[in-house]
Amino acid sequence: MNVAVEIAALRPATPPSLSEAGPASKRTTAGFGFWVFLLSDLVMFSALFATYAVLARATAGGPGGSELFHQGNVALETACLLASSYSCGLMSMAAHSRRRSAFYLGAIVTFALGAAFLGLELHEFGDMAARGATPQSSAFLSAFFTLVGCHGLHVTVGLVWLVVMGAQVAVRGFEGAVDRRLLCFSLFWHALDIVWIAVFTFVYLIGVHA
Amino acid sequence: MSQVTCDHAPGDIPEEESTHSSGLLVYTIGLLLAVALTGTSFWVANTHLLWGPGTPFGLAVLAIAQMSVHLVFFLHITAYKDSTNNFLALAFGVLVVVLIVTGSLVIVDDLKMTTGSTASLSMPGR
Amino acid sequence: MNLLGKLSWAAIPFNQPIIMGASAFMGLLVACVLGWVTYRRAWSYLWREWITSVDHKRIGVMYMILGLLMLLRGFSDALLMRSQQALAAGDARGYLPPEHFDQIFSAHGTIMIFFVAMALVIGLMNFLLPLMIGARDVAFPTLNSVSFWLTAAGVLLTNISLFVGEYSRAGWMAYPPLAEAQFSPGVGVDYYLWALQISGIGTLMSGVNFVTTILKLRAPGMSMMRMPVFCWTALAANLLIVAVFPVLTATYAMLLLDRYLGFHFFTLDAGGNPMMYVNLFWIWGHPEVYILVLPAFGVFSEVSATFSGKPMFGYRSMVAASMVICVLSMTVWLHHFFTMGASANINGFFGIMSMVIGIPTGVKIFNWLFTMYGGRVRFTVPILWTLGFMTTFVLGGLTGVLLAVPPVDWQVHNSVFLIAHFHHVIIPGVVFGIFAGYDYWFPKAFGFKLDEKWGRRAFWCWFIGFHLAFMPLYIVGLAGMTRRMQHYDNLAWQPYLVTAAVGAGIILLGIACQAIQLTVSIRHRERNRDLTGDPWNGRTLEWSIASPPPAWNFSLPPQVADKDAFWLAKRQDEAPRRKYQAIELPKNTSLGFLTAIFASFGGFALIWHIWWLALVCLLGVGIATLAFAFRKHDEFEVPADEVEQFEREHLVGASA
Repeated sequence: MNVAVEIAALRPATPPSLSEAGPASKRTTAGFGFWVFLLSDLVMFSALFATYAVLARATAGGPGGSELFHQGNVALETACLLASSYSCGLMSMAAHSRRRSAFYLGAIVTFALGAAFLGLELHEFGDMAARGATPQSSAFLSAFFTLVGCHGLHVTVGLVWLVVMGAQVAVRGFEGAVDRRLLCFSLFWHALDIVWIAVFTFVYLIGVHA
Repeated sequence: MSQVTCDHAPGDIPEEESTHSSGLLVYTIGLLLAVALTGTSFWVANTHLLWGPGTPFGLAVLAIAQMSVHLVFFLHITAYKDSTNNFLALAFGVLVVVLIVTGSLVIVDDLKMTTGSTASLSMPGR
Repeated sequence: MNLLGKLSWAAIPFNQPIIMGASAFMGLLVACVLGWVTYRRAWSYLWREWITSVDHKRIGVMYMILGLLMLLRGFSDALLMRSQQALAAGDARGYLPPEHFDQIFSAHGTIMIFFVAMALVIGLMNFLLPLMIGARDVAFPTLNSVSFWLTAAGVLLTNISLFVGEYSRAGWMAYPPLAEAQFSPGVGVDYYLWALQISGIGTLMSGVNFVTTILKLRAPGMSMMRMPVFCWTALAANLLIVAVFPVLTATYAMLLLDRYLGFHFFTLDAGGNPMMYVNLFWIWGHPEVYILVLPAFGVFSEVSATFSGKPMFGYRSMVAASMVICVLSMTVWLHHFFTMGASANINGFFGIMSMVIGIPTGVKIFNWLFTMYGGRVRFTVPILWTLGFMTTFVLGGLTGVLLAVPPVDWQVHNSVFLIAHFHHVIIPGVVFGIFAGYDYWFPKAFGFKLDEKWGRRAFWCWFIGFHLAFMPLYIVGLAGMTRRMQHYDNLAWQPYLVTAAVGAGIILLGIACQAIQLTVSIRHRERNRDLTGDPWNGRTLEWSIASPPPAWNFSLPPQVADKDAFWLAKRQDEAPRRKYQAIELPKNTSLGFLTAIFASFGGFALIWHIWWLALVCLLGVGIATLAFAFRKHDEFEVPADEVEQFEREHLVGASA
């Protein structure tokens, strides 16, 4: 017995609730799926955070956070990332209303700010290494470099992705798949800033305060 | 409450904000709030505004506030009917994170007490 | 800089005859398969229809094949262990040296959990979920293909360790400090870590895929509370995958950083904390067993309802129990390390939670019993597996409640009592569930039923063999035998271990019966054809379409009015007008396969420190992904008359 009926024959007495409305659009599906992935990424960061919290005092006689962290540098990194989140939002709006040049401008600004963030972070890491504070020195430093470095790695991937998205828009415009991928990118980029909030609060600010 | 017939991808600009100016307003308010909260965080950490042992909690509260600003103003995540799945997923994720982080901290701290292991917590004043 | 890193001819264990024999055997098997495919000129068919397929049904079948093949590998490890332990008592030394035995128990656990149980469960969910919810495919078909191939890459790496290098000796959990470079300097632990990191990414992607599929792609009218119970348990399992696999990824990444770059997460010096690894590992590890067993519970729900001719008893409580198990499974993990030294309060808390989690499972058992009670039960092979599960799993679960009491656990932790317990829940739970599902849905996947007679024989061999293999372990575990022993002095233990070896042999007969069942069924497939699409008088949507289903699953989207949607439709006298439309399907892609090639070579390169090759493979993945992102057409159309023609040729059900 075929369960199928013609869609036209459906005339429910009351409009179906969201749960019964049938399959969602491609955009909603893609966005939700990526959102779930981002939450899983958040869980991965939390495992690294938990490990950092456990090992934050395990300096093996070496320098701890208060000796190594530079507030000014962190403030600058935070400003760059926050501003890039804003420009990413503007970029999304431009994509939504199909304004190409505004989109490219937003993308370039986001990229520049993200790259600046990375540059500052790499400089910080290099500085620490030069002072003998390498990840191999102690458990605390292993945890620090891994947690902050993992975030930096995500930012790097994001920048590569942004470049690819720029190319995609140039070649294919804002059609279906490109639009969905831009949605996923902006989710990713904002989520990275959310993780950074946790990083600068619980690693740097608390670390300096201790 | 009107029936919602289709739901809403996370991060999607909701219909009410699809005009350029209202969208811009939302993002800008979000930015200003975030800047204010971030500045407050740095200030709290570097001055003795809050009572010493209370500072980490204050910073945590500020961090959560900043994350909420991002979620609401930049990611348009709300608890409205068209966004229930997105919100529930977020709640689940937060639950998992809380279980992992607090569980680990409690367990490792307890182990340190009973076994005298050298690993220690980062919480100041312990 | 050596172009081949640490790799040299010394990596091949020429001086170990057993390993060389096993490698030769596997190599021969692979060569035979490749040769047969070439002889039948099936390469282009294989490439077009299976390797590059993004169809969830094909991918599901490939997962099942992978899992069943790895069952043979994991089970041969079991036979080796059982025979060694049956022999090596007192003055006898057995035939497996300790270094080899250690690799065997490590490989056995890893393969069984990751590449048998996970692969089979994911395969089953892959095949069934879209069919049960009335969807065309999963939410992200290409991602699905990538997930499968990454798992296959993990399998390949693990099996290569048999003849190039060695496998890990640190057990399937790889605890530091043993798993650190200081105490395991060889490549074994690296094989373990990279294979699991790679397949772990695949699994995480599957979790995201299935959660999205269940929540976003259900057919019109199918609200959450009208989904089959299997879909609810699958949802719970996939939420757990999304929740905990990232923890495993992070944990393995930290151990890899320790081993490769000299970090100090879990080392004995410089402030490292090995206990943190144990904590993180089990945050993943406990939910993992629920990831495995929840879909199996779902299978039992579907099977018991169909073969009792009654709806599932207590649908709402089943849903509630599944979601409660999902959340509670993340609150019990410390029971895996009661003896690590936590205080009585902490041990007590986790002990109580471990007992509490038995309650929703008990609810499920009662619901299955009440589903069958008052029904006209047909004693088919799937029902046999279900009954075997219900009787055996309850006892195994009870030993779990026993172990949840910390003082009791202190007596038997890491003894074979523990081994007996977890096999006593995993085998009846996960393995019997998979076999029940395999038997039950085989006709849907391939269009003909499996042979009943050999199915029964397989069940009884497994059931009897399992009990013989594991009940003695409880006794000898209480007597003091620890796990992973290559040799023991206490001769009083030997009769029990001999019995256990006999049990393993009977299970081997069971597996042989399953192999025969498959061969016989294929040979007699015309006799056992499923022409209606509904060979069991089923209740759920997957039985409303042809066997095997067309690529697009449902020619018209089903409109669902209640639970057991198909059962309802069969009882109504509808003759709907059928007006078919063109259907859009995703295009095949080689991205999954290419990713696996690069992941395999890249993993191998990282294991053997061939850095340039690892970099090349990483770039390869990037380029393949870019090429995919820029391809011209993502979908193709199946014209309406092709759909109509298929429906005419495959009329299903009673109405014409």
